[in-house]
Amino acid sequence: MSVLSLQGITKSYGGNAILKGVSLEAEAGEFIALVGPSGCGKSTLLRIVAGLDHGDAGEIVIGGKSVARMAAADRNVAMVFQSYALYPHLTAGQNIAVPLAMRRLSAAQRLPVVGNLLPGQKQLRSEIQRQVKEMALALKIDHLLDRKPGQMSGGQRQRVALARAMVRRPAVFLMDEPLSNLDANLRVHARGEIVDLHRRAGVPTLYVTHDQSEALSMADRVAVMIGGNLLQLAAPKEIYDNPSHIEVARFLGQPKINVLETRTDAAGIVRFGDLLLLADRGRAPDAPVQLTIRPEFVRFHPASTGRLTGRVERMEFLGSEVIVHARLDAIGDVVTAKSAPSEAAALSLGQPVDVEIMPDRAMLFDQQGARLQAEPVAIAASLEKIHG
Amino acid sequence: MTPNAPSVARIARLTVLSLGALIFLAPYIFMVSTAGKAQSEIFSSSLSLIPQQWSYIENFSKALSRVSMGTLLFNGVIVCALIFVIQIVVAIPCAYAMAKLKFRAARTMMVLVMLGLLVPIHATALPIYVAFDRLSVLNSYAALVAPFSISVFAIFLFLQFFRAMPDELIHAARLDGMSEAGIVARVIVPNAWPAITAFAIFSVVAHWNDLFWPLIVVTNQDYATPPLGLLYFRAAEAGDDYGALMAATLIITLPLVTAFLLAQKRFVEGITMTGLKG
Repeated sequence: MSVLSLQGITKSYGGNAILKGVSLEAEAGEFIALVGPSGCGKSTLLRIVAGLDHGDAGEIVIGGKSVARMAAADRNVAMVFQSYALYPHLTAGQNIAVPLAMRRLSAAQRLPVVGNLLPGQKQLRSEIQRQVKEMALALKIDHLLDRKPGQMSGGQRQRVALARAMVRRPAVFLMDEPLSNLDANLRVHARGEIVDLHRRAGVPTLYVTHDQSEALSMADRVAVMIGGNLLQLAAPKEIYDNPSHIEVARFLGQPKINVLETRTDAAGIVRFGDLLLLADRGRAPDAPVQLTIRPEFVRFHPASTGRLTGRVERMEFLGSEVIVHARLDAIGDVVTAKSAPSEAAALSLGQPVDVEIMPDRAMLFDQQGARLQAEPVAIAASLEKIHG
Repeated sequence: MTPNAPSVARIARLTVLSLGALIFLAPYIFMVSTAGKAQSEIFSSSLSLIPQQWSYIENFSKALSRVSMGTLLFNGVIVCALIFVIQIVVAIPCAYAMAKLKFRAARTMMVLVMLGLLVPIHATALPIYVAFDRLSVLNSYAALVAPFSISVFAIFLFLQFFRAMPDELIHAARLDGMSEAGIVARVIVPNAWPAITAFAIFSVVAHWNDLFWPLIVVTNQDYATPPLGLLYFRAAEAGDDYGALMAATLIITLPLVTAFLLAQKRFVEGITMTGLKG
């Protein structure tokens, strides 16, 4: 059963469509990363789920209840903000206690002096204190409870913000780039911590980020949003290996996927060097297509005798790997390969190379960017033989 | 040369600043000096800052006995406090709504606030006076306080301050379950102290020293504010007894000077509006 369901959410600001009908289902305990370039509408979507902004159309269901018309406070969602948004005048402990106090104490009980005299509030307050302590211990910030946000480091503030969001056990947990204000070392460390916390709490989480490595490494499923559309929602490996749209393929992967413009012949076959691919089971004869191949499935061999040749133009040494860019002689496009340093040792700038593309890793997309099935022709031919 | 060594430029700067300070302080110093002089010395041809004969006690007792100084100060405190509290209660929610909420009339309201800044009290004094007269509320605290209860200047000042507050803070408060009124009371006000202090100084100084409006609506001594009281004192009691007059003035200005010195740091903070960063 899905605990969070979004159906056809649209939103536009002054004629500018920011969200063009986004639908998404999250299962219990799932961690979904919403990833996309800046301005793709991912933060807007998160704010609409939180109730801080209202969509023009669409349905939001949390735990079986439609919440699209509910105020933010009634939706039982918690959010961690990019700037953490801690109350600067309250200590860490008071910050964490706020959501509990707002929910459990009545308006009269929250009054400064009078509230302390009302019956029952003492017990409630000590219960809240106990839970704050517990949460702080879980996040290892119990020594910070008396400090104000101004006296804490970025990493500490981020933990306090996490504690404040988790302490009331929300139905859905929303995070808006919570790691983007941390320095690089801390960020990698914090990733692991958030994943651990999520596993322990089991609250379904929507996590917005523009950092694809964060999305791929943390999430159970990754949703790629581009230009107001959710293009694909799948497990990290699936979305990386098997993108359904060329924009998804382009967005994920570092260095970027190679995209080569080419055409199918009359039989619907793409011929690219040694590569023979049957596009869309032969249903797309004589049409422009885009051939893509990830850099890790391209090899450059120092020679110039094959069907697809190029010249090394640039090499980037990254320690464990070397990124090699070569310009193809035939069409003038640059192809990037990710090679092991041992392989790259044989290459040098300006050197002629043979380009090898792994046929079962090449993907085809049509002009609109939709994925086309691509079968290496050798296999296709043998299949034909089997089926007579 | 070390950075701390007095350079020519530094000396010049300090000289100009000291001269400026002296010019601004001169009337006050002269007032302090005159408050301690006897009648004969004030009108003597020689001009000295230090009284030859110390008549402070005499002058102060005259100032305190001939005018009901207690009533004047009490009226001043009541009127200033009422004005300030009402202004804050009105202006903060208003500025919050204009800065952080989206509603249709927001632009119109902004224009109205700007227009309001341009209209001086002197333009509206007569109609308000007539209205108060018809309502028979002249000679009351209400007449002294009511025209200033909505301060467009306060709205404008807080608006600028609240705009600089991060939206995410307010979003977080909404998700934590606070109502809009709760946000104002629990998030906005506790973080707006520099602005509130700055405005408090502006408001209290203006209304403590105001002579124009009390002169119009108050004829009964029981409701006289300090400057109005001074006026009566000079006209009716003191005549040309400048020593006593200066002593009375000193008593009246002292609370403000003390208040400013106490709040000085916050006042400067509020003016520079660096209240909420990081």
